[in-house]
Amino acid sequence: MNKIVFLVPLFPLLGFLINGLGRKSLSKSAIGIIGSGVILLSFLTSCYLFSIVASAGEGQLQTVVTLFNFISVDAFTIPFAFQVDQLSVLFLLIITGIGFLIHLYSSAYMKEEETQHYGRYFAYLNLFVFSMLLLVMGANYVIMFIGWEGVGLCSYLLIGYWFKNNDFNYAAKKAFIMNRIGDLGFLLAVFWLLFKLGTVNYGDVFSQVASLSTFDIAAITTLLFIGAMGKSAQIPLYTWLPDAMAGPTPVSALIHAATMVTAGIYMIARSNILFTMAPTTQTLIAIIGLATAIFAATIALKQNDIKKVLAYSTVSQLGYMFLGLGVGSYTGAVFHVMTHAFFKALLFLGAGSVIHAMHHEQDIRKMGNLKKFMPITHITFLLACLAIAGIPPFSGFFSKDEILAAAFAKNPLYYYIGVGGALMTAFYMFRLYSLTFLGKFRGTHDQEHHLHESPSAMTIPLIVLAVLSVFGGFIGIPEVFAENKNWLEHFLSPIFAESTKLATTEHLSHSQEYMMMGIVTVLIAVIIFIAVNKFKKYTDEQEQAETGVGKLLENKWYIDELYNTLVVNPINAFAGFCKNFIEKSGIDGAVNGVGKLVSYSSRQLRLIQSGQVASYLLIMILSIVVFFIIWFNDITIMKFLNKLF
Amino acid sequence: MPIQYYIYFCLALFSIGIIGVLTRRNAIIVFMCIELMLNAVNLLLVAFSKMHYGAALAANPNTTAGIDGQLFVFFIMVVAAAEVSVGLAIIVMMYRNTHSVDINFLNRLKN
Repeated sequence: MNKIVFLVPLFPLLGFLINGLGRKSLSKSAIGIIGSGVILLSFLTSCYLFSIVASAGEGQLQTVVTLFNFISVDAFTIPFAFQVDQLSVLFLLIITGIGFLIHLYSSAYMKEEETQHYGRYFAYLNLFVFSMLLLVMGANYVIMFIGWEGVGLCSYLLIGYWFKNNDFNYAAKKAFIMNRIGDLGFLLAVFWLLFKLGTVNYGDVFSQVASLSTFDIAAITTLLFIGAMGKSAQIPLYTWLPDAMAGPTPVSALIHAATMVTAGIYMIARSNILFTMAPTTQTLIAIIGLATAIFAATIALKQNDIKKVLAYSTVSQLGYMFLGLGVGSYTGAVFHVMTHAFFKALLFLGAGSVIHAMHHEQDIRKMGNLKKFMPITHITFLLACLAIAGIPPFSGFFSKDEILAAAFAKNPLYYYIGVGGALMTAFYMFRLYSLTFLGKFRGTHDQEHHLHESPSAMTIPLIVLAVLSVFGGFIGIPEVFAENKNWLEHFLSPIFAESTKLATTEHLSHSQEYMMMGIVTVLIAVIIFIAVNKFKKYTDEQEQAETGVGKLLENKWYIDELYNTLVVNPINAFAGFCKNFIEKSGIDGAVNGVGKLVSYSSRQLRLIQSGQVASYLLIMILSIVVFFIIWFNDITIMKFLNKLF
Repeated sequence: MPIQYYIYFCLALFSIGIIGVLTRRNAIIVFMCIELMLNAVNLLLVAFSKMHYGAALAANPNTTAGIDGQLFVFFIMVVAAAEVSVGLAIIVMMYRNTHSVDINFLNRLKN
């Protein structure tokens, strides 16, 4: 096993190099096969690793495979090591499995691109998967940070993939800068750990965590959480994610489902012991997560861009994951990462299929009745909507239920607000569904004429993901339904063992849990019914300008404008001041001033050279006199003169 | 005669030379003034030499202290003669080129 671990990230790296370097000479089909093939190989390797870890039993907690010493200074070394344990193999499966489906889908979706750009696209996609694998497999925080930065870079490259569009470039920059803010927190946390413990290896850090003071732990976890905020799009650093829709749709699927945004969850789940020992940070995480879940859900209610709705739903679902982490239900959060990866990838790929058919139309008000033209996309999309809305027995139900049950045990208020968010989720998802697939077609005739189901390279991933979305939840069946059947919890228990020991959780009675599930499910069903009925009959004539709260929501609470006013504009103004005043008058003035002074003074000095021999002589004589006066001080001269006269 | 007289005289001679060099424009006169300064210095050398020799002779009849100043004067005179020949040649050449011996004409190096 140790010998093949490095193959998992190696394959995508090779794919990146081959596609990146050969983008001009390889044919499109070759690029597609290489790009998807390397991820498939990586996925197969991951499956093998998974089977080993799954059959290893509880005795074997983790395997650390050291490839070489990355940094070695004095007594302190950072090995370039991979850690293979239950948590990382689970993420490996999600990343490479869903990544492969997205690659496969991309090979059809991006067919219209020029070969060179097609190669560039796949190179970036492979690099993205490689970075994410590095992030997940790293056995210390530094390796994680390399992957962490790598996904940030790749998101920038892919969001700005169509670099000729300035808005897209702007969105790419926004994503990168927002991430950088979070990265700074992460980096500080790593330095803090290094300073206090002198090591960044997971094993060493977690075993020495008891020696840290409460303040240190709280500070480190808060800084780590700031990093997670940036990467996983939580308030206040979430605005980049909806803008990240500028990239091609499969990229959105990759960012939202398999990679990038799950990095924050993974990092916190990985450092669960640290977080369990910092209850204040946990409360902060729960509150921020919950606030994000609700906040993003309200925005999603009024968005008209198919991808924007999905983007805000991702932000909202990530909020739930953080709520899960905050209330100590690490398994629940990881479970939701997994199910969310299934149905969100499916939703995005479905949306991509719709956009593909509609010739790059993304406004859901101009769609409708697509179920007639795109049966596979329609069915799979519907299943994904049911999954994300939390209808049993679809996967979203189980994972969301696990988080909400844990939240209820911690504080019933979390639960009620969380359920409110879940209801909104059901509403906006079925609003999206109805506007897109039901009612009558509202696009142009030309578009209607060209409507078609997508090619099989696109529908096969949809079907696979739909199956996963439907049945994926059964690996984490809650205890009420079947005693000790929660395979996922059992599987991950070694990772969270230390935290479980520390945390005190009260278990709800079964009847109470049944009642809560029942009520929520009925409420969600009612909401879905209302949403479908309301938007099924939507026509263009209903269009009217939003007022009041609706307008506020449509404009995303004016958060972008607020950030512009509070942060971007002052910084721009300061930069302008530096550029126009400090740079021009200060630095340029000093530099040019020296030059001007030299040339001015030499122009003046030049006049001394008159060419008149007499004046030279005069200066010479005067100089000699002055020299004598300085050389022999006054007293010597006076003595001499006295003697003379 | 007291040494001061020689010094006053040489000072006067030297000053005349300097003032002549600074004020006159005729190259030949400037040249003569330079000679004047040289000779003022020569005279001073001889005067100091004689003074030191006289003082040393009183203590030791075989002394040669101070006479190297007088020897030095001969060298200066030889060098001055050489300088005069070169200088006069330059002035002749200058006159041929400019039909003038005015040194203020010789300012073409300034630009």
